[in-house]
Amino acid sequence: MSSREHVFSDAAAAAAEAAHGQPMVKAEQVWKSFGKLDVLRGVDFVVQPRETFVLLGPSGGGKSTLLRCINHLEKIDAGRLYVAGELMGYREKGNALHEMKARDVARQRSSIGMVFQRFNLFPHKTAIENVMEAPVMVQHRPKKEAEAEAEELLKRVGLGEKLDVYPAQLSGGQQQRVAIARALAMKPKLMLFDEPTSALDPELVGEVLDVMKQLAVDGMTMVVVTHEMGFAKEVADGVALMDGGVIVEQGPPREVLEHPKEERTKVFLSKVLV
Amino acid sequence: MTVGPTDPGGLGVAAGAGLPAPAASRPEAIKAIPVRHWGRWIGAFVVIYLVAALVYSFVKNQNVEWPVVWDYMFSPVTLKGLALTIELTFVSMLIGGLGGVLLAVMRLSDNYVLSGISWVYIWFFRGTPVYVQIILWANLGVFYPRLYLGIPFAGVVFGSMDSGTLVAHIVVPALLALGLNEAAYAAELVRAGIISVEAGQTEAALSLGMSPTLTMRRIVLPQAMRVIVPTFGNETISMLKTTSLIAAIGGLEMFGRLQQIYAQTFQIIPLLVVACLWYLFLTSVLTVAQGYLEAYFGRGFGEKEAEAAERRAAKRAARVQHV
Repeated sequence: MSSREHVFSDAAAAAAEAAHGQPMVKAEQVWKSFGKLDVLRGVDFVVQPRETFVLLGPSGGGKSTLLRCINHLEKIDAGRLYVAGELMGYREKGNALHEMKARDVARQRSSIGMVFQRFNLFPHKTAIENVMEAPVMVQHRPKKEAEAEAEELLKRVGLGEKLDVYPAQLSGGQQQRVAIARALAMKPKLMLFDEPTSALDPELVGEVLDVMKQLAVDGMTMVVVTHEMGFAKEVADGVALMDGGVIVEQGPPREVLEHPKEERTKVFLSKVLV
Repeated sequence: MTVGPTDPGGLGVAAGAGLPAPAASRPEAIKAIPVRHWGRWIGAFVVIYLVAALVYSFVKNQNVEWPVVWDYMFSPVTLKGLALTIELTFVSMLIGGLGGVLLAVMRLSDNYVLSGISWVYIWFFRGTPVYVQIILWANLGVFYPRLYLGIPFAGVVFGSMDSGTLVAHIVVPALLALGLNEAAYAAELVRAGIISVEAGQTEAALSLGMSPTLTMRRIVLPQAMRVIVPTFGNETISMLKTTSLIAAIGGLEMFGRLQQIYAQTFQIIPLLVVACLWYLFLTSVLTVAQGYLEAYFGRGFGEKEAEAAERRAAKRAARVQHV
Protein backbone atom coordinates (compact mmCIF):
# COMPACT_ATOMS: atom_id res chain seq x y z
CA MET A 1 0.00 0.00 0.00
CA SER A 2 2.94 2.30 0.64
CA SER A 3 3.73 2.28 -3.07
CA ARG A 4 0.69 4.55 -3.50
CA GLU A 5 -0.89 2.70 -6.38
CA HIS A 6 -4.52 3.65 -6.60
CA VAL A 7 -6.37 1.32 -4.25
CA PHE A 8 -9.66 3.15 -3.71
CA SER A 9 -9.77 5.44 -6.76
CA ASP A 10 -12.84 3.75 -8.28
CA ALA A 11 -14.83 4.28 -5.10
CA ALA A 12 -13.53 7.82 -4.72
CA ALA A 13 -14.35 8.79 -8.28
CA ALA A 14 -17.95 7.65 -7.90
CA ALA A 15 -18.09 9.56 -4.61
CA ALA A 16 -16.92 12.83 -6.12
CA GLU A 17 -19.52 12.52 -8.92
CA ALA A 18 -22.29 12.32 -6.35
CA ALA A 19 -21.94 15.98 -5.40
CA HIS A 20 -23.19 17.13 -8.84
CA GLY A 21 -20.96 20.17 -8.87
CA GLN A 22 -22.01 21.26 -5.37
CA PRO A 23 -19.65 21.41 -2.40
CA MET A 24 -19.60 18.04 -0.64
CA VAL A 25 -20.14 19.62 2.78
CA LYS A 26 -21.37 23.13 3.45
CA ALA A 27 -21.93 24.35 6.99
CA GLU A 28 -23.59 27.73 7.49
CA GLN A 29 -23.70 29.22 10.97
CA VAL A 30 -24.21 25.86 12.67
CA TRP A 31 -25.23 26.12 16.34
CA LYS A 32 -25.71 23.21 18.72
CA SER A 33 -26.29 23.12 22.46
CA PHE A 34 -26.58 20.36 25.04
CA GLY A 35 -28.92 21.81 27.65
CA LYS A 36 -27.52 25.21 28.52
CA LEU A 37 -24.07 24.51 27.11
CA ASP A 38 -23.48 25.85 23.60
CA VAL A 39 -21.13 23.32 22.02
CA LEU A 40 -21.16 24.82 18.51
CA ARG A 41 -21.53 28.58 18.16
CA GLY A 42 -21.87 29.49 14.52
CA VAL A 43 -19.59 27.25 12.49
CA ASP A 44 -19.00 27.91 8.77
CA PHE A 45 -16.94 25.76 6.47
CA VAL A 46 -16.97 24.19 3.03
CA VAL A 47 -15.42 20.95 1.82
CA GLN A 48 -15.20 20.41 -1.92
CA PRO A 49 -15.37 16.95 -3.53
CA ARG A 50 -12.07 15.02 -3.35
CA GLU A 51 -10.84 17.22 -0.51
CA THR A 52 -9.62 16.08 2.90
CA PHE A 53 -10.62 18.48 5.63
CA VAL A 54 -9.00 18.07 9.04
CA LEU A 55 -10.50 19.42 12.26
CA LEU A 56 -7.94 20.13 14.97
CA GLY A 57 -8.22 21.57 18.43
CA PRO A 58 -8.39 20.84 22.13
CA SER A 59 -10.85 18.35 23.63
CA GLY A 60 -14.27 19.83 24.26
CA GLY A 61 -13.84 22.29 21.43
CA GLY A 62 -16.78 20.85 19.50
CA LYS A 63 -14.93 18.88 16.78
CA SER A 64 -16.66 15.54 17.37
CA THR A 65 -20.04 17.18 17.83
CA LEU A 66 -19.63 18.99 14.52
CA LEU A 67 -18.75 15.70 12.82
CA ARG A 68 -21.80 13.99 14.32
CA CYS A 69 -24.00 16.86 13.13
CA ILE A 70 -22.87 16.28 9.54
CA ASN A 71 -24.60 12.88 9.41
CA HIS A 72 -27.39 14.03 11.72
CA LEU A 73 -26.48 11.79 14.65
CA GLU A 74 -26.95 15.10 16.47
CA LYS A 75 -29.63 17.62 15.50
CA ILE A 76 -28.42 21.16 14.98
CA ASP A 77 -30.29 24.02 16.68
CA ALA A 78 -29.61 26.78 14.19
CA GLY A 79 -27.95 27.29 10.82
CA ARG A 80 -27.88 24.94 7.86
CA LEU A 81 -25.82 21.86 7.03
CA TYR A 82 -25.72 20.55 3.48
CA VAL A 83 -24.12 17.39 2.15
CA ALA A 84 -23.81 17.27 -1.63
CA GLY A 85 -26.32 20.10 -1.82
CA GLU A 86 -28.91 18.28 0.28
CA LEU A 87 -30.05 19.78 3.59
CA MET A 88 -29.33 17.22 6.34
CA GLY A 89 -32.24 16.02 8.46
CA TYR A 90 -34.77 18.60 7.32
CA ARG A 91 -36.88 19.41 4.29
CA GLU A 92 -37.37 23.02 3.32
CA LYS A 93 -40.93 23.72 2.16
CA GLY A 94 -41.82 27.31 1.56
CA ASN A 95 -40.57 29.14 4.61
CA ALA A 96 -40.85 26.22 7.02
CA LEU A 97 -38.44 23.44 7.92
CA HIS A 98 -39.95 19.98 8.30
CA GLU A 99 -38.22 17.27 10.27
CA MET A 100 -37.41 14.26 8.13
CA LYS A 101 -38.83 10.84 8.87
CA ALA A 102 -36.43 8.28 10.32
CA ARG A 103 -36.47 6.44 6.99
CA ASP A 104 -35.34 9.53 5.04
CA VAL A 105 -32.63 10.36 7.56
CA ALA A 106 -31.41 6.77 7.22
CA ARG A 107 -31.29 7.17 3.44
CA GLN A 108 -29.18 10.32 3.81
CA ARG A 109 -26.84 8.63 6.27
CA SER A 110 -26.40 5.57 4.06
CA SER A 111 -24.23 7.59 1.68
CA ILE A 112 -22.03 9.03 4.44
CA GLY A 113 -19.49 6.67 5.97
CA MET A 114 -18.43 7.16 9.58
CA VAL A 115 -15.48 5.74 11.49
CA PHE A 116 -15.45 6.00 15.28
CA GLN A 117 -12.76 6.38 17.91
CA ARG A 118 -13.91 3.15 19.60
CA PHE A 119 -14.34 1.25 16.27
CA ASN A 120 -17.87 0.11 17.23
CA LEU A 121 -17.65 -3.07 15.19
CA PHE A 122 -20.58 -5.43 15.71
CA PRO A 123 -19.06 -7.98 18.12
CA HIS A 124 -21.52 -10.76 17.21
CA LYS A 125 -20.55 -10.68 13.54
CA THR A 126 -17.31 -11.73 11.87
CA ALA A 127 -15.18 -9.22 9.99
CA ILE A 128 -16.80 -10.02 6.64
CA GLU A 129 -20.30 -10.08 8.17
CA ASN A 130 -19.65 -6.62 9.62
CA VAL A 131 -18.79 -5.34 6.15
CA MET A 132 -21.73 -7.12 4.43
CA GLU A 133 -24.41 -6.16 6.94
CA ALA A 134 -25.46 -2.76 5.61
CA PRO A 135 -25.15 -3.50 1.86
CA VAL A 136 -27.41 -6.56 2.31
CA MET A 137 -29.86 -5.18 4.90
CA VAL A 138 -30.04 -1.53 3.80
CA GLN A 139 -29.28 -1.57 0.08
CA HIS A 140 -30.85 -5.03 -0.40
CA ARG A 141 -27.97 -6.17 -2.57
CA PRO A 142 -27.63 -9.89 -3.34
CA LYS A 143 -25.72 -11.65 -0.59
CA LYS A 144 -23.16 -13.26 -2.89
CA GLU A 145 -22.33 -9.97 -4.57
CA ALA A 146 -22.02 -8.18 -1.21
CA GLU A 147 -19.83 -10.98 0.12
CA ALA A 148 -17.47 -10.83 -2.85
CA GLU A 149 -17.20 -7.05 -2.49
CA ALA A 150 -16.67 -7.25 1.25
CA GLU A 151 -13.86 -9.74 0.71
CA GLU A 152 -12.29 -7.42 -1.87
CA LEU A 153 -12.53 -4.42 0.47
CA LEU A 154 -11.02 -6.32 3.39
CA LYS A 155 -8.15 -7.38 1.13
CA ARG A 156 -7.58 -3.76 0.17
CA VAL A 157 -7.25 -2.71 3.81
CA GLY A 158 -4.83 -5.62 4.30
CA LEU A 159 -7.13 -8.02 6.11
CA GLY A 160 -7.64 -10.74 3.49
CA GLU A 161 -6.57 -13.32 6.08
CA LYS A 162 -9.04 -12.19 8.74
CA LEU A 163 -12.40 -12.49 6.96
CA ASP A 164 -13.94 -15.02 9.33
CA VAL A 165 -12.57 -13.69 12.59
CA TYR A 166 -14.73 -11.99 15.22
CA PRO A 167 -13.74 -8.45 16.27
CA ALA A 168 -12.66 -9.59 19.75
CA GLN A 169 -9.85 -11.57 18.10
CA LEU A 170 -8.50 -8.57 16.18
CA SER A 171 -6.06 -5.92 17.34
CA GLY A 172 -7.26 -2.32 17.59
CA GLY A 173 -5.61 -1.37 14.32
CA GLN A 174 -7.18 -4.34 12.54
CA GLN A 175 -10.59 -3.54 14.02
CA GLN A 176 -10.35 0.03 12.82
CA ARG A 177 -9.43 -1.13 9.32
CA VAL A 178 -12.48 -3.43 9.29
CA ALA A 179 -14.54 -0.41 10.39
CA ILE A 180 -13.19 1.61 7.46
CA ALA A 181 -14.01 -1.25 5.07
CA ARG A 182 -17.50 -1.47 6.60
CA ALA A 183 -18.10 2.21 5.90
CA LEU A 184 -16.68 1.97 2.37
CA ALA A 185 -18.94 -0.99 1.56
CA MET A 186 -21.89 1.41 1.35
CA LYS A 187 -20.08 3.27 -1.45
CA PRO A 188 -20.29 6.56 0.46
CA LYS A 189 -19.80 9.94 -1.15
CA LEU A 190 -18.26 11.28 2.04
CA MET A 191 -16.25 9.71 4.85
CA LEU A 192 -16.23 11.06 8.42
CA PHE A 193 -13.45 10.02 10.82
CA ASP A 194 -13.88 10.75 14.54
CA GLU A 195 -10.43 10.48 16.15
CA PRO A 196 -9.85 7.14 14.41
CA THR A 197 -6.41 6.56 15.94
CA SER A 198 -6.90 7.92 19.45
CA ALA A 199 -7.79 4.55 21.00
CA LEU A 200 -4.89 2.69 19.37
CA ASP A 201 -1.52 1.55 20.69
CA PRO A 202 1.15 3.85 19.24
CA GLU A 203 2.53 0.95 17.19
CA LEU A 204 -0.81 0.42 15.44
CA VAL A 205 -1.57 4.02 14.50
CA GLY A 206 0.47 3.80 11.31
CA GLU A 207 -1.50 0.98 9.71
CA VAL A 208 -4.78 2.91 10.07
CA LEU A 209 -3.27 6.20 8.90
CA ASP A 210 -1.87 4.38 5.86
CA VAL A 211 -5.35 3.32 4.78
CA MET A 212 -6.69 6.84 5.37
CA LYS A 213 -3.85 8.43 3.43
CA GLN A 214 -4.48 6.07 0.56
CA LEU A 215 -8.15 7.04 0.57
CA ALA A 216 -7.24 10.73 0.58
CA VAL A 217 -4.73 10.33 -2.23
CA ASP A 218 -7.24 8.39 -4.30
CA GLY A 219 -9.66 11.29 -4.03
CA MET A 220 -12.22 10.30 -1.41
CA THR A 221 -13.85 13.31 0.26
CA MET A 222 -13.07 13.13 3.96
CA VAL A 223 -13.67 15.12 7.12
CA VAL A 224 -11.25 13.99 9.80
CA VAL A 225 -11.09 14.86 13.49
CA THR A 226 -7.61 13.93 14.65
CA HIS A 227 -4.61 14.85 16.73
CA GLU A 228 -2.22 13.44 14.12
CA MET A 229 -0.43 16.56 12.93
CA GLY A 230 1.64 14.57 10.47
CA PHE A 231 -1.52 13.37 8.74
CA ALA A 232 -2.90 16.92 8.56
CA LYS A 233 0.32 18.26 7.08
CA GLU A 234 0.76 15.46 4.59
CA VAL A 235 -2.70 14.94 3.12
CA ALA A 236 -5.12 17.66 4.23
CA ASP A 237 -6.38 20.15 1.67
CA GLY A 238 -7.86 22.26 4.42
CA VAL A 239 -7.49 22.36 8.18
CA ALA A 240 -9.55 24.15 10.80
CA LEU A 241 -8.73 24.80 14.43
CA MET A 242 -11.79 24.59 16.65
CA ASP A 243 -12.02 25.88 20.19
CA GLY A 244 -14.98 26.93 22.30
CA GLY A 245 -17.46 25.90 19.63
CA VAL A 246 -16.11 28.11 16.86
CA ILE A 247 -13.55 27.71 14.11
CA VAL A 248 -10.69 29.92 15.25
CA GLU A 249 -8.73 29.72 12.03
CA GLN A 250 -9.00 27.74 8.81
CA GLY A 251 -7.11 27.43 5.57
CA PRO A 252 -4.57 25.29 3.75
CA PRO A 253 -2.36 23.32 6.14
CA ARG A 254 0.77 25.14 5.11
CA GLU A 255 -0.72 28.45 6.21
CA VAL A 256 -2.54 27.39 9.33
CA LEU A 257 0.03 24.95 10.67
CA GLU A 258 3.21 26.78 9.69
CA HIS A 259 2.21 30.44 9.68
CA PRO A 260 -0.78 30.70 12.01
CA LYS A 261 -2.32 34.15 12.32
CA GLU A 262 -4.38 33.65 15.45
CA GLU A 263 -2.83 33.60 18.89
CA ARG A 264 -5.05 30.64 19.94
CA THR A 265 -3.74 28.58 17.01
CA LYS A 266 -0.14 29.40 17.92
CA VAL A 267 -0.67 28.35 21.53
CA PHE A 268 -2.36 25.10 20.49
CA LEU A 269 0.32 24.22 17.94
CA SER A 270 3.13 25.01 20.36
CA LYS A 271 1.66 22.45 22.74
CA VAL A 272 1.11 19.73 20.14
CA LEU A 273 4.19 20.10 17.98
CA VAL A 274 6.89 19.45 20.52
CA MET B 1 17.96 -26.91 21.95
CA THR B 2 15.99 -24.68 19.62
CA VAL B 3 15.61 -21.02 20.36
CA GLY B 4 12.26 -19.32 19.95
CA PRO B 5 8.76 -20.20 20.99
CA THR B 6 7.44 -23.62 20.05
CA ASP B 7 3.81 -22.71 20.58
CA PRO B 8 2.82 -19.08 20.39
CA GLY B 9 -0.66 -20.08 21.60
CA GLY B 10 -3.42 -17.53 21.93
CA LEU B 11 -4.63 -16.22 18.62
CA GLY B 12 -2.81 -18.70 16.46
CA VAL B 13 -1.50 -15.75 14.45
CA ALA B 14 2.03 -16.05 13.14
CA ALA B 15 3.22 -14.50 16.35
CA GLY B 16 6.29 -16.69 16.61
CA ALA B 17 8.16 -15.31 13.66
CA GLY B 18 8.79 -11.82 14.94
CA LEU B 19 9.43 -12.55 18.65
CA PRO B 20 12.86 -11.59 19.94
CA ALA B 21 14.96 -14.52 21.20
CA PRO B 22 15.25 -14.92 25.00
CA ALA B 23 18.59 -14.03 26.57
CA ALA B 24 19.41 -17.58 27.70
CA SER B 25 18.07 -21.10 27.24
CA ARG B 26 14.97 -21.91 29.29
CA PRO B 27 15.68 -23.26 32.82
CA GLU B 28 14.04 -26.46 34.10
CA ALA B 29 10.34 -26.09 34.96
CA ILE B 30 9.48 -25.89 38.68
CA LYS B 31 8.26 -29.20 40.17
CA ALA B 32 7.19 -28.36 43.73
CA ILE B 33 5.56 -30.78 46.20
CA PRO B 34 2.02 -29.50 46.85
CA VAL B 35 0.77 -28.69 50.36
CA ARG B 36 -1.40 -31.53 51.78
CA HIS B 37 -4.75 -30.23 53.01
CA TRP B 38 -5.65 -32.92 55.60
CA GLY B 39 -8.57 -30.94 56.97
CA ARG B 40 -10.19 -30.83 53.51
CA TRP B 41 -9.82 -34.57 53.05
CA ILE B 42 -11.46 -35.35 56.39
CA GLY B 43 -14.23 -32.81 55.78
CA ALA B 44 -14.95 -34.25 52.33
CA PHE B 45 -15.11 -37.78 53.72
CA VAL B 46 -17.60 -36.83 56.45
CA VAL B 47 -19.85 -35.03 53.96
CA ILE B 48 -19.83 -37.96 51.50
CA TYR B 49 -20.64 -40.37 54.34
CA LEU B 50 -23.61 -38.28 55.48
CA VAL B 51 -24.95 -37.81 51.94
CA ALA B 52 -24.67 -41.56 51.30
CA ALA B 53 -26.63 -42.24 54.51
CA LEU B 54 -29.34 -39.79 53.45
CA VAL B 55 -29.70 -41.26 49.95
CA TYR B 56 -29.78 -44.80 51.38
CA SER B 57 -32.48 -43.90 53.89
CA PHE B 58 -34.60 -42.35 51.12
CA VAL B 59 -34.17 -45.19 48.63
CA LYS B 60 -34.87 -47.83 51.28
CA ASN B 61 -37.80 -45.92 52.80
CA GLN B 62 -40.91 -48.14 52.66
CA ASN B 63 -43.18 -45.04 52.72
CA VAL B 64 -41.91 -43.94 49.30
CA GLU B 65 -43.49 -47.09 47.84
CA TRP B 66 -41.18 -47.34 44.85
CA PRO B 67 -43.40 -49.84 42.98
CA VAL B 68 -46.20 -47.26 43.02
CA VAL B 69 -43.75 -44.60 41.83
CA TRP B 70 -42.75 -46.75 38.84
CA ASP B 71 -46.41 -47.56 38.10
CA TYR B 72 -47.36 -43.92 37.80
CA MET B 73 -44.11 -42.65 36.33
CA PHE B 74 -45.08 -43.59 32.76
CA SER B 75 -48.82 -44.12 33.14
CA PRO B 76 -51.01 -42.44 30.48
CA VAL B 77 -52.53 -40.12 33.12
CA THR B 78 -49.13 -38.75 34.09
CA LEU B 79 -47.93 -38.46 30.51
CA LYS B 80 -51.09 -36.63 29.42
CA GLY B 81 -50.64 -34.18 32.27
CA LEU B 82 -46.97 -33.88 31.38
CA ALA B 83 -47.90 -32.92 27.81
CA LEU B 84 -50.10 -30.12 29.11
CA THR B 85 -47.38 -28.95 31.50
CA ILE B 86 -44.92 -28.69 28.64
CA GLU B 87 -47.47 -27.00 26.39
CA LEU B 88 -48.40 -24.44 29.06
CA THR B 89 -44.74 -23.71 29.79
CA PHE B 90 -43.84 -23.31 26.12
CA VAL B 91 -46.81 -21.15 25.10
CA SER B 92 -46.69 -18.95 28.23
CA MET B 93 -42.99 -18.32 27.67
CA LEU B 94 -43.70 -17.50 24.03
CA ILE B 95 -46.39 -14.99 25.02
CA GLY B 96 -44.16 -13.73 27.82
CA GLY B 97 -41.07 -13.40 25.62
CA LEU B 98 -42.77 -11.61 22.72
CA GLY B 99 -44.81 -9.46 25.09
CA GLY B 100 -41.66 -8.73 27.06
CA VAL B 101 -39.77 -7.47 24.01
CA LEU B 102 -42.74 -5.29 23.04
CA LEU B 103 -43.09 -3.88 26.57
CA ALA B 104 -39.34 -3.27 26.89
CA VAL B 105 -39.20 -1.39 23.58
CA MET B 106 -42.28 0.62 24.64
CA ARG B 107 -40.71 1.35 28.01
CA LEU B 108 -37.56 2.69 26.31
CA SER B 109 -39.58 4.70 23.78
CA ASP B 110 -39.45 8.52 23.69
CA ASN B 111 -43.24 8.49 23.54
CA TYR B 112 -44.46 9.13 27.09
CA VAL B 113 -47.82 7.44 26.48
CA LEU B 114 -46.18 4.20 25.33
CA SER B 115 -43.58 4.12 28.09
CA GLY B 116 -46.26 5.05 30.62
CA ILE B 117 -48.54 2.22 29.55
CA SER B 118 -45.65 -0.21 29.73
CA TRP B 119 -44.77 1.06 33.20
CA VAL B 120 -48.33 0.63 34.47
CA TYR B 121 -48.57 -2.87 32.92
CA ILE B 122 -45.36 -3.99 34.60
CA TRP B 123 -46.43 -2.36 37.86
CA PHE B 124 -49.75 -4.22 37.86
CA PHE B 125 -48.58 -7.67 36.83
CA ARG B 126 -45.49 -7.69 39.01
CA GLY B 127 -47.48 -6.27 41.89
CA THR B 128 -50.08 -9.03 42.13
CA PRO B 129 -49.41 -12.72 42.88
CA VAL B 130 -49.65 -14.97 39.84
CA TYR B 131 -51.82 -17.32 41.89
CA VAL B 132 -54.38 -14.54 42.34
CA GLN B 133 -54.17 -13.67 38.63
CA ILE B 134 -54.90 -17.27 37.65
CA ILE B 135 -58.06 -17.34 39.75
CA LEU B 136 -59.02 -13.85 38.54
CA TRP B 137 -58.79 -14.83 34.85
CA ALA B 138 -60.77 -18.00 35.52
CA ASN B 139 -63.52 -15.79 36.94
CA LEU B 140 -63.45 -13.31 34.07
CA GLY B 141 -67.11 -14.04 33.40
CA VAL B 142 -68.10 -12.59 36.76
CA PHE B 143 -67.00 -9.00 36.04
CA TYR B 144 -67.18 -9.05 32.22
CA PRO B 145 -70.05 -11.46 31.44
CA ARG B 146 -69.89 -10.60 27.74
CA LEU B 147 -66.98 -9.47 25.58
CA TYR B 148 -67.63 -7.06 22.72
CA LEU B 149 -65.52 -6.21 19.70
CA GLY B 150 -66.22 -2.70 18.47
CA ILE B 151 -65.22 0.95 18.71
CA PRO B 152 -65.29 2.16 22.34
CA PHE B 153 -67.42 5.24 23.15
CA ALA B 154 -68.88 5.19 19.62
CA GLY B 155 -71.51 2.55 20.20
CA VAL B 156 -70.27 0.52 17.23
CA VAL B 157 -70.20 -3.23 17.87
CA PHE B 158 -68.95 -5.76 15.32
CA GLY B 159 -69.64 -8.83 17.44
CA SER B 160 -69.63 -10.24 20.92
CA MET B 161 -69.18 -13.49 22.80
CA ASP B 162 -69.94 -14.95 26.18
CA SER B 163 -66.79 -14.70 28.26
CA GLY B 164 -67.86 -17.78 30.17
CA THR B 165 -67.40 -19.96 27.10
CA LEU B 166 -63.98 -18.42 26.50
CA VAL B 167 -62.56 -19.19 29.93
CA ALA B 168 -64.45 -22.44 30.39
CA HIS B 169 -61.61 -24.11 28.60
CA ILE B 170 -59.06 -24.07 31.43
CA VAL B 171 -56.11 -23.54 29.07
CA VAL B 172 -57.30 -20.03 28.16
CA PRO B 173 -57.25 -18.41 31.62
CA ALA B 174 -54.10 -20.40 32.40
CA LEU B 175 -52.24 -19.03 29.41
CA LEU B 176 -53.57 -15.52 29.96
CA ALA B 177 -52.44 -15.48 33.57
CA LEU B 178 -49.06 -17.16 33.08
CA GLY B 179 -48.20 -15.46 29.77
CA LEU B 180 -49.25 -11.93 30.69
CA ASN B 181 -47.58 -12.19 34.08
CA GLU B 182 -44.38 -13.49 32.49
CA ALA B 183 -44.40 -10.62 29.98
CA ALA B 184 -44.04 -8.15 32.84
CA TYR B 185 -40.95 -9.93 34.19
CA ALA B 186 -39.52 -10.57 30.73
CA ALA B 187 -39.95 -6.87 29.89
CA GLU B 188 -37.59 -5.88 32.66
CA LEU B 189 -34.94 -8.40 31.74
CA VAL B 190 -35.15 -7.55 28.03
CA ARG B 191 -34.81 -3.89 28.97
CA ALA B 192 -31.75 -4.73 31.07
CA GLY B 193 -30.32 -6.57 28.06
CA ILE B 194 -31.00 -3.69 25.68
CA ILE B 195 -29.43 -1.03 27.88
CA SER B 196 -26.40 -3.28 28.40
CA VAL B 197 -25.51 -2.86 24.70
CA GLU B 198 -23.13 0.06 24.17
CA ALA B 199 -24.61 3.22 22.65
CA GLY B 200 -21.80 3.11 20.08
CA GLN B 201 -23.40 0.03 18.52
CA THR B 202 -26.58 1.95 17.77
CA GLU B 203 -24.62 4.91 16.43
CA ALA B 204 -22.55 2.69 14.15
CA ALA B 205 -25.69 1.02 12.80
CA LEU B 206 -27.51 4.33 12.28
CA SER B 207 -24.49 5.85 10.55
CA LEU B 208 -24.58 2.95 8.08
CA GLY B 209 -28.09 4.02 7.13
CA MET B 210 -29.93 1.36 9.12
CA SER B 211 -33.36 2.43 10.38
CA PRO B 212 -34.00 2.44 14.13
CA THR B 213 -36.15 -0.71 13.79
CA LEU B 214 -33.52 -2.55 11.76
CA THR B 215 -30.85 -1.44 14.22
CA MET B 216 -32.85 -2.88 17.11
CA ARG B 217 -33.55 -6.16 15.31
CA ARG B 218 -30.14 -6.85 13.73
CA ILE B 219 -27.65 -5.16 16.06
CA VAL B 220 -29.02 -4.41 19.53
CA LEU B 221 -31.34 -7.35 20.31
CA PRO B 222 -28.90 -10.10 19.21
CA GLN B 223 -26.30 -8.63 21.54
CA ALA B 224 -28.85 -8.10 24.30
CA MET B 225 -29.67 -11.83 24.03
CA ARG B 226 -26.29 -12.63 25.53
CA VAL B 227 -27.46 -10.98 28.74
CA ILE B 228 -31.10 -12.09 28.40
CA VAL B 229 -30.69 -15.86 27.78
CA PRO B 230 -29.34 -16.94 31.18
CA THR B 231 -32.09 -15.06 33.04
CA PHE B 232 -34.78 -16.09 30.58
CA GLY B 233 -33.68 -19.71 31.03
CA ASN B 234 -34.12 -19.21 34.72
CA GLU B 235 -37.62 -17.81 34.09
CA THR B 236 -38.50 -20.80 31.90
CA ILE B 237 -37.49 -23.25 34.61
CA SER B 238 -39.48 -21.22 37.10
CA MET B 239 -42.49 -21.24 34.72
CA LEU B 240 -42.29 -25.03 34.35
CA LYS B 241 -42.99 -25.32 38.05
CA THR B 242 -45.42 -22.38 38.24
CA THR B 243 -47.74 -24.25 35.85
CA SER B 244 -48.55 -26.50 38.82
CA LEU B 245 -50.59 -23.59 40.25
CA ILE B 246 -53.12 -24.20 37.48
CA ALA B 247 -54.33 -27.10 39.65
CA ALA B 248 -56.08 -24.37 41.68
CA ILE B 249 -58.62 -23.78 38.89
CA GLY B 250 -58.94 -27.47 38.09
CA GLY B 251 -56.30 -27.51 35.40
CA LEU B 252 -55.17 -31.01 34.54
CA GLU B 253 -51.50 -30.45 33.98
CA MET B 254 -49.23 -33.08 35.51
CA PHE B 255 -49.39 -31.99 39.12
CA GLY B 256 -53.13 -31.39 38.94
CA ARG B 257 -53.73 -34.93 37.74
CA LEU B 258 -51.45 -36.52 40.33
CA GLN B 259 -53.13 -34.44 43.03
CA GLN B 260 -56.56 -35.70 41.92
CA ILE B 261 -55.30 -39.28 42.15
CA TYR B 262 -53.69 -39.06 45.56
CA ALA B 263 -56.74 -37.28 46.95
CA GLN B 264 -58.57 -40.55 46.37
CA THR B 265 -55.85 -43.19 46.85
CA PHE B 266 -53.84 -41.44 49.58
CA GLN B 267 -50.58 -42.46 47.84
CA ILE B 268 -49.37 -38.94 48.55
CA ILE B 269 -45.64 -39.48 48.95
CA PRO B 270 -45.05 -41.75 45.92
CA LEU B 271 -46.98 -39.44 43.61
CA LEU B 272 -45.13 -36.39 44.88
CA VAL B 273 -41.92 -38.29 44.13
CA VAL B 274 -43.20 -38.93 40.59
CA ALA B 275 -43.89 -35.20 40.16
CA CYS B 276 -40.45 -34.27 41.52
CA LEU B 277 -38.66 -36.73 39.25
CA TRP B 278 -40.42 -35.40 36.14
CA TYR B 279 -39.86 -31.76 37.07
CA LEU B 280 -36.19 -32.52 37.70
CA PHE B 281 -35.90 -34.28 34.34
CA LEU B 282 -37.54 -31.42 32.42
CA THR B 283 -35.43 -28.84 34.24
CA SER B 284 -32.31 -30.76 33.25
CA VAL B 285 -33.38 -30.77 29.60
CA LEU B 286 -34.03 -27.02 29.76
CA THR B 287 -30.64 -26.43 31.36
CA VAL B 288 -28.89 -28.22 28.50
CA ALA B 289 -30.92 -26.29 25.92
CA GLN B 290 -30.01 -23.05 27.66
CA GLY B 291 -26.33 -23.97 27.36
CA TYR B 292 -26.68 -24.28 23.58
CA LEU B 293 -28.55 -20.99 23.33
CA GLU B 294 -25.90 -19.22 25.37
CA ALA B 295 -23.19 -20.57 23.10
CA TYR B 296 -25.11 -19.35 20.05
CA PHE B 297 -25.72 -15.82 21.31
CA GLY B 298 -22.26 -15.63 22.85
CA ARG B 299 -20.65 -15.99 19.43
CA GLY B 300 -17.78 -13.60 19.01
CA PHE B 301 -17.05 -13.74 22.73
CA GLY B 302 -16.06 -17.38 23.15
CA GLU B 303 -12.73 -19.06 23.65
CA LYS B 304 -10.99 -21.31 21.13
CA GLU B 305 -11.83 -18.66 18.57
CA ALA B 306 -8.77 -19.30 16.41
CA GLU B 307 -9.85 -22.86 15.54
CA ALA B 308 -13.45 -21.78 15.03
CA ALA B 309 -12.35 -19.02 12.65
CA GLU B 310 -10.32 -21.52 10.62
CA ARG B 311 -13.37 -23.80 10.40
CA ARG B 312 -15.53 -20.93 9.19
CA ALA B 313 -12.92 -19.90 6.65
CA ALA B 314 -12.71 -23.45 5.27
CA LYS B 315 -16.49 -23.65 5.07
CA ARG B 316 -16.75 -20.42 3.15
CA ALA B 317 -13.92 -21.34 0.81
CA ALA B 318 -15.80 -24.55 -0.03
CA ARG B 319 -18.99 -22.62 -0.63
CA VAL B 320 -17.33 -20.03 -2.86
CA GLN B 321 -15.79 -22.79 -4.99
CA HIS B 322 -19.18 -24.39 -5.56
CA VAL B 323 -20.57 -21.15 -6.97
